[in-house]
Amino acid sequence: MDCTNERRKIYLDNAATTKMSEAAIKAMLPYMDGIYGNPSSLHSVGQEANEALTSARERIAKILGCEPREITFTSGGSEADNQAIISAARLGEKKGKKHIISTAFEHHAVLHTLNKLEKEGFEITLLDVHENGLITAEQVRNAIREDTCLVTMMYANNEIGTVQPIAEIGAVCREKGVLFHTDAVQAVGHLHINVKEQNIDMLSLSAHKFHGPKGVGVLCARKGILLTNLIEGGAQERGKRAGTENIPAIMGMTAALEEACAKIDENAVRLTVLRDKLIVGLSQIPHSVLNGDYGHRLPSNVSFCFEGIEGESLLLLLDDKGICASSGSACTSGSLDPSHVLLAIGRVHDIAHGSLRLSLSEENTEEEIDYTIKAVKEVVAYLRGISPIWRDLVNGKKEFITK
Amino acid sequence: MALYSEKVMDHFRNPRNVGVIENADGVGEVGNAKCGDIMKIYLKIENDTIVDVKFETFGCGSAIASSSMATELIKGKPVSEALALTNKAVVEALDGLPAHKLHCSVLAEEAIKAALKDYYDKNGIEYDHTLFPDCASCGHCCET
Repeated sequence: MDCTNERRKIYLDNAATTKMSEAAIKAMLPYMDGIYGNPSSLHSVGQEANEALTSARERIAKILGCEPREITFTSGGSEADNQAIISAARLGEKKGKKHIISTAFEHHAVLHTLNKLEKEGFEITLLDVHENGLITAEQVRNAIREDTCLVTMMYANNEIGTVQPIAEIGAVCREKGVLFHTDAVQAVGHLHINVKEQNIDMLSLSAHKFHGPKGVGVLCARKGILLTNLIEGGAQERGKRAGTENIPAIMGMTAALEEACAKIDENAVRLTVLRDKLIVGLSQIPHSVLNGDYGHRLPSNVSFCFEGIEGESLLLLLDDKGICASSGSACTSGSLDPSHVLLAIGRVHDIAHGSLRLSLSEENTEEEIDYTIKAVKEVVAYLRGISPIWRDLVNGKKEFITK
Repeated sequence: MALYSEKVMDHFRNPRNVGVIENADGVGEVGNAKCGDIMKIYLKIENDTIVDVKFETFGCGSAIASSSMATELIKGKPVSEALALTNKAVVEALDGLPAHKLHCSVLAEEAIKAALKDYYDKNGIEYDHTLFPDCASCGHCCET
């Protein structure tokens, strides 16, 4: 299989973004030329758009197990995370509750918002995610205090793919009367979710992670939770998110979500086979380690650290071989530190720099997986061959960190 | 635009002078694994001339390309010229580096200086110590 020419790419970065589905593109087009009205307009062209918006809200609510009025359309996952957390904080501080529980490996949309609140005087508890990247409902129970106003935890981790026991955590939060938000950006469209059954008070999602368009997402917030506006200037979204609704994107997102959710089980079976093949293949590389629990992980996620090499050069050489992947190395993050997720699960800097994330989609084939395993083995071996660290490790001048 | 220039990608994909020199006259290693880049330079010096140079690098694309280019720039040159190599010269020869990757070129300059210092020390040659700044003067590396 020749993937070195430009036309053939193996895309294994679906946790970063996905290709739009045909259904999503098709659903968007009518709202660009024919039904282009502003849903806030009174005339028929506007009302047609408004009907589409209403139907999209209903269809998404049905999938998530909530009421249409509990859906707020946003610009994506980051905005939804920001609004959920800020809203809970504002509600909390009115009652004198200024304690928030989260984890150290959340997305920066969550962590940076929590940092901002900490500067305002909130107290933030970040729970230990352990070496396997999992937290327990018991940890949450033990961390909840009289003044806790919010528990916010990601449904599935974007780098290492671990899936948290969300329903159990939701049950604890409900019992204790604490608001529970989950950043479900990596989970929606890939795992079965029902906010009511799982006791989720607020949930963030982003369309482009399940073959929808970029720049659109949802904050699902249980009725009775007063949202704080991040954007002022209009009565859209029940006055809670100003700005003319991005109807084409919302329609694309809705179609993509319906399609993805209809195929969750079918996709999971297929992806798990490919994922496990990749994991087994890459585990053959000596001094490598799988990041994140094997049993509780997204069907699409493979994350490894390879000792003695650096992630950016690994990605560049894989790209030369037609493979699009991602890494949590410092050089790819633009900072001196490697990924906070890898550090949170206890990977030391030395090996966190040599990380590789491969995130699959339904379009990937077994042939592509075989090619990828071979390519990663070759590139890792080559980079180790020019690495002074590897030489020291092999010569016994330094001790291996991994097996 | 791509992250790196064609020149950088060429030296990254086909690095020149990769390897080890057994019984090298000077060896220099800079950087650390915690920061994510280490460069090691081996020099063979005869009659005050760098007759051979090899490198090993653990690091990103620009670190590998910077090492490769730096070795090309000093190979066959008198020791005095190698000592005068600046990171700026490495960057220029590579047709530029992104701002957040400039430290890779600094590392290449330092690795060569460290190897030359080793050569001087091994051979008991007198040298101007101010030409070899210690680690404290480098703003790049994180503390270990």
